[in-house]
Parts: sequence; structure tokens; C-alpha cells
Amino acid sequence: MNFDFSEEQKLLQSTARDYLTENSSLSHVREVFEADAGHSQALWKGVAELGWLGVAIPEEYGGAGYGYLELAMIAGEIGQALAPIPFGSTVYLAAEAITQVGNDDQKKQYLTGIASGDLIGTLATTEKAGTLAEGSVSATFADGKLTGTKLPVADGDIADFAIVLAKEGSSHSLVIVDLNGDGVARTRLNSIDATRPQAKLVFTDAPATRLGDAGSGWTVTQDVLTRAAVLMAFEQLGGADRAFQITFDFVMNRFAFGRPIGSFQSLKHRMADLYADRELARSNCYWAAWALENNDDELAVAAASAKISAGDAFENMVVDMIQMHGGVGYTWEYDCHLFYRRAKVLAHTIGTTAEWREKLITQLIEDAA
Amino acid sequence: MDFNDSPEEATYRAKVRTWLDANATLRDPDASKINMLDEAEGDLIAKAKAWQAHKTKEGWACLRWPKEFGGQDATTMESVIFGQEEGRYDIPPSIYGIGHGMLGPTIMAHGTDEQKERFLPSMVKGDEVWCQLFSEPDAGSDLAGLKTSAVKEGDDWVINGQKIWTTGAQFCKWGMLVARTDTNAAKHAGLTYFIVDMEDPGIDIRPIKQMNGASGFNEVFFTDVRTPDTNRLGAVGDGWRVAITTLMNERSSIGSGGGGGAGIKDLIKQAQDVEINGRPGIEDGGVRRKIADFAVRRSGLKYTGQRGLSALSQGQTPGPEASIGKLVAAIMGLEMGAFGMELQGAAGVLSGDDSLGDPTWQQTYMAMPGLRLAGGTDEILRNIISERVLGMPGEPRIDKGKPFKDIPSGTAR
Repeated sequence: MNFDFSEEQKLLQSTARDYLTENSSLSHVREVFEADAGHSQALWKGVAELGWLGVAIPEEYGGAGYGYLELAMIAGEIGQALAPIPFGSTVYLAAEAITQVGNDDQKKQYLTGIASGDLIGTLATTEKAGTLAEGSVSATFADGKLTGTKLPVADGDIADFAIVLAKEGSSHSLVIVDLNGDGVARTRLNSIDATRPQAKLVFTDAPATRLGDAGSGWTVTQDVLTRAAVLMAFEQLGGADRAFQITFDFVMNRFAFGRPIGSFQSLKHRMADLYADRELARSNCYWAAWALENNDDELAVAAASAKISAGDAFENMVVDMIQMHGGVGYTWEYDCHLFYRRAKVLAHTIGTTAEWREKLITQLIEDAA
Repeated sequence: MDFNDSPEEATYRAKVRTWLDANATLRDPDASKINMLDEAEGDLIAKAKAWQAHKTKEGWACLRWPKEFGGQDATTMESVIFGQEEGRYDIPPSIYGIGHGMLGPTIMAHGTDEQKERFLPSMVKGDEVWCQLFSEPDAGSDLAGLKTSAVKEGDDWVINGQKIWTTGAQFCKWGMLVARTDTNAAKHAGLTYFIVDMEDPGIDIRPIKQMNGASGFNEVFFTDVRTPDTNRLGAVGDGWRVAITTLMNERSSIGSGGGGGAGIKDLIKQAQDVEINGRPGIEDGGVRRKIADFAVRRSGLKYTGQRGLSALSQGQTPGPEASIGKLVAAIMGLEMGAFGMELQGAAGVLSGDDSLGDPTWQQTYMAMPGLRLAGGTDEILRNIISERVLGMPGEPRIDKGKPFKDIPSGTAR
């Protein structure tokens, strides 16, 4: 058996890390954050040139035609760098939905555009506070036009197109909308992490085309979210790894009472627990990556398990990151809050960790029956 | 990325299965555990010895050991495959884990040629069972604080003192013991490692009744017990280094499983079988979230184990993540036991035959505090992870370099 990434995949990972160390330093993340720029256009252009946006897109649509294991490696690096780009919205969600159910024209137009870096995409599902449910969707698609409001939509104000979950007749469909076209009004919303911007999209008879079969919208959305959860979990794991390393360096170099604070058991034991959390998450992530790559029957359970454990590992890590830094950890100047913000955003973007717990137990009960 | 056997591994697994099919019967996973509990200890030990002797005769014992000591020169992965397959059959519980896993390798590393020849083949064959005599009432986590003394008299050493938490002492022929041979030396420098004959009349073995009523361990008292100098393992004063060899092997043998006991499916079933607020317990949001959390930790442990196996299969050493196994499994086991009881409501306090649900939860709840202490307490494991895996500083110590007799101990010595 070889339950590990290959040497080539690890090489891709280390190349990605080198590039992001150079081009997505925490000071660059902070520039985007403080300028309220939404994303780094230079970095987006750079990763497009490196071919990351099309890693899992077939070659015939301009991608590299690798698989999800390669994409998972890159996702981890995006996470550890806190890269301020709409990578998840475009690659895990929009590209994935089109790859799964798009027709050939849609694939040509959108996948090619994504792979080249010309198109930013996103998925718009929620409309209000609370858990997304079929009954909570009011946006309506009829006669090729979409009307309704979606919020929050990750990267909605910078995206070129959105895949929108809408009612169609008595059921739901997914539709693609050109966000630069007629009938679309969009507003940036205040949110806790300006490097992962959120928007409100108002559609008024906006021209839209159906993605996938009429009435398949809810099922396809759930499927896309499950697949995206695996990659999002790798981002969360990457973020947890980086936050751990920064915290480790801090406690080893900060002295109090004549000793490095990292020599106190109260901190050592917490670091040991955080290490254990993270390794459990890593193991679940590996399992989920394997299931995604092989389209295994365990995918639903594995994806939810990875999303929950990596999400919790990142969130627990950043809470302790600030605490272990002491006062400076609460300052604007130190980077802890950038991680604190990102951990929360990733834990909410495709359904909260609580929602993934519910999905997991539902599937486990079904499997046990 | 895959979970498949390599062609060599698959061939080996098939060979193992063929042999096991011909020599044992497949186990009914639900029934056998309970049957074993009812059997008398003497019968179980006789069966375990017979199975071990049979494996030795047929060339399936101590697979990883060198052939010259009775092993088969097998790879670690082959040994793992045999263990996985053997576990599917109805075989007696092993009484050789400590000997084969920890003490044998210590003799291989530090023993004289005569000691290896005398002890290792008989350890493989299993007619002589071994136990480990390390912990003492005042020296558990701080093992090097042990006080049992060994004094040289002619060609013998005379041992006096007390050991504790000794698994299987009552049926063992040999014990491996660390004793203090010099109280003027510094703490770690005054220790020496010995092999002792457990049938010596000066040895008094008393079972410890645990809080759950079972007796898995003993106290062992030594009164003028003699062991020849030829049974000393390693140099006088070098006992700590020898003991570390044993303990390193303990770390690699404990905690490799996923926690054992009842699983997520059992918890789901328990939640389906009870009512909360007049509805099936499994419909309760709190119950659902909690079971989901257990499932995530379970799969995390399972696949952490798979990462370790994968490293072995690739001819590498498992990574440091293997060290989290027992820490996570014991804490989770305790929580799962408590939660299974909680689902039973007021009846959760009923145990055994009188339980109104699955009695496993009460058993688990009463057993898990022990697992959190055995083979390194949670706290020691956190020290090990933070110091040896993460590289954080050790505790500042006031016992370093001082003669042992001058170190405060809280009790008279």
C-alpha cells in the first residue's frame, strides 16, 4: 500500500510553497487586507500562469489534466499562505460544478476561461441567516431569466460569473449568470476577512442559462459541496500548519520567568494536543483525497470527516495562537488576526462545521442501517 | 495513493491465510470476546502456550526476529500482515506481547551471546513467559526514581524492594528488572538491569484489584532474591540506557489500534434504542453532533494508523504522528463510554446483566481511566510529543547530577 502523496505530487507542493513564500507573503496578504482590495490581481495572474487554476481541468479545456491529489496539494499551500485570491470559489466550486454537469459549450467557455485566469467564478446558494435548505431558496429561474437575491456570496463582487441555485417550477436548478451583464446589481458586504470578500447579488430578470438538468439543482449543489469540502479541508489544514509553526517559533523565543515560555508544561501540553488534532485532521484529509480521486463510495463520509476535523483543527489552533502570543497576539500589527479571520471564514464558506456534522451523522446512520 | 497490497505483500498475505485456514478457525467477531472472559486463566494460558508452540514449529512465530534466535527474518510489513490476518481467527489471547515486543529486542540489543542463546529461542517457543519489573510505588512516570536495591554478594546480586503494575507476573518464568545498585551515584547512573527467575522463593506476587474489579496487574515484592551476575543485562550502572531500549519498544507496540471496544455503529444503535423527549434519541441534535465528533476522531485514528502502515510498506519508518494513538484513543474511549451511559438515562448506572441497554458502555467507562495511565500517562505522552516530536525544552530539573540519596522523595528510603 502507499497511502501517501507521490514524490511528484510532493514536488508540486514544494514548488507551490516556494512560489507563495515569494508572492503571497503575510505582508502581501496584509496589503490586500488593509487596502480592502478583495483579492491580489498580481497573485491571481501568477497562479494562472503556473497552471494552478486548471490543475484538475481536462487538457481539452486548457487545463493540466492532473487529478484531485495534485489539486489537494495546491489547496494546502493556498491555505498555509492565506493566499488572498478567489481560488476556492473559482476552482473548487465553479469549475467543479461545470466539470460535473456542464455541457460541452459551457465547459469550453468557462473551464477554458478559468484555466487561463480570465474568468473568476463563484457559487451562490444562500439568501439569509441560518442553514441552507431547499425551502430557504427564493431566487427564481424562469424563461431564461433569474430574479432574486443571494447573500453572502464569496467573491461575488469580483467574480465574472456565478452559478446560482434557484427555484425552477416546483424544484431547483443551477443556472449560470454573467455578473457583468444586465440585471445584476452587486454590493461588497462588510465581513470579518477582507481578503476573502463577501457580496450581495441582486438579480432582476438577469439572463441565465441552466447548468445541468432542470430540477437537479439541489442534488448537484450537495455533490459539488461535498467535493469542494475535501479541497477546502486541505486549505484549513494548511492554515493550521502555518499557524502552528508561527506559534511554535514564538513560544520558543519568548522568555518569561527566565525561561522560554515554550518550556512551561501548560503550553507544551496544549501544543501536544494541537499537534494531535492536526494529525487526526491530516489523516482524515488524506482519506478524503483518496476517496475524491477514486470517486469511492466513502466520499460523502470521508469529505465530511475531513472538513470537520480540519476546520476544528484550524479554529482551535488560531484561538490558541492568539492566547499563546499574549498581548501582542491581539494587536493589529501581529499576523495572528489574519489567521483567526481566515479560519472562521473557511469554516463558514461552504456550510458551517455544525452543518457538516449533521451531514456526516445522516450518512453514518444511513450506512449503519 | 492506494490501500492495496504490493504484489509481494499480496502473495505473502495469501500464504498466511492458507496456513491460518488450515490451522485455526475464523472468528465470529461478536461472540468470541465474551466467551474468553468466562474461561479460567489457567486454561487460557495453556491454550496460548499451545498456539505459540504450534506457530514456532510451523515457522510463524516472532517473524521479525533473526533466524538465529528463532525468528524468521521477516520484514516488519510481513509481521504486520500476519498480525492482521491472525486477528481474524479464533485464537487464544496473546500473553507474549511484553516478551516478544519489548524484552526480546532488549536482550538482542544488550545481551551477551550466552544470554541470547539461553533466553531468546525459549522466549519464541513460548514455554517460558516473561514480565517487566520496572514501575514502583514511588517511581511511575519518574521511573529513574526507583529504589529497589541490588547488592553484589560473590557471584550473585541480592535484590530487595517492591515492583508494581506487573502484567502476568503470576504465570511468568522470567522477569526483567531495573534496580538501584549505587545510591551515591546520580539518579540515572546508579541503575542496573537484571533478568530474574520469578520462581525464586523470595518473590511474593499479589494481584492488584483494579477499580473495575478486574486484576490485570500485580505487586511484586522482593526479599533477598538472588540472581547470578551472568543474568545482568548490560554493564553495572548502565541500566537506564538498557531500560530505554525496552521503553522505546513499548511506545511502538502500544497505541497502534483504533481504541478497541465498541464503535460508532454501536453508539448509533444505542441512540436509536432510547428516547429523548419522547422521540428516538438519534433524532436529538446534541446526540447527532456528539456521535459525528466521535466518528471523526475514530477515522482520524484509523487513517493515522494507515499512514504508519503505508510507511512500513514503503520501507520507511512510521512518522511521529504514530505517537498520538494511545493519547487520543484513551480519552475518546472514556468519553464514548460516558456518552453511551448518558443515552441510557437513569438506567445508565445499571451494569452487566442488569443493564437496560448495551453493557459495553459501563465496562468502557470503568476501564478507560486505566488506559489513560498505562504505558505512559496522558501527561507523560504530552511531554513526549512536545519534547521529542516537536522539540520543545524539557522541564527544568532539580534532580540532575545530585547523588540519588540526596534527592527529595517524599518518603523514607
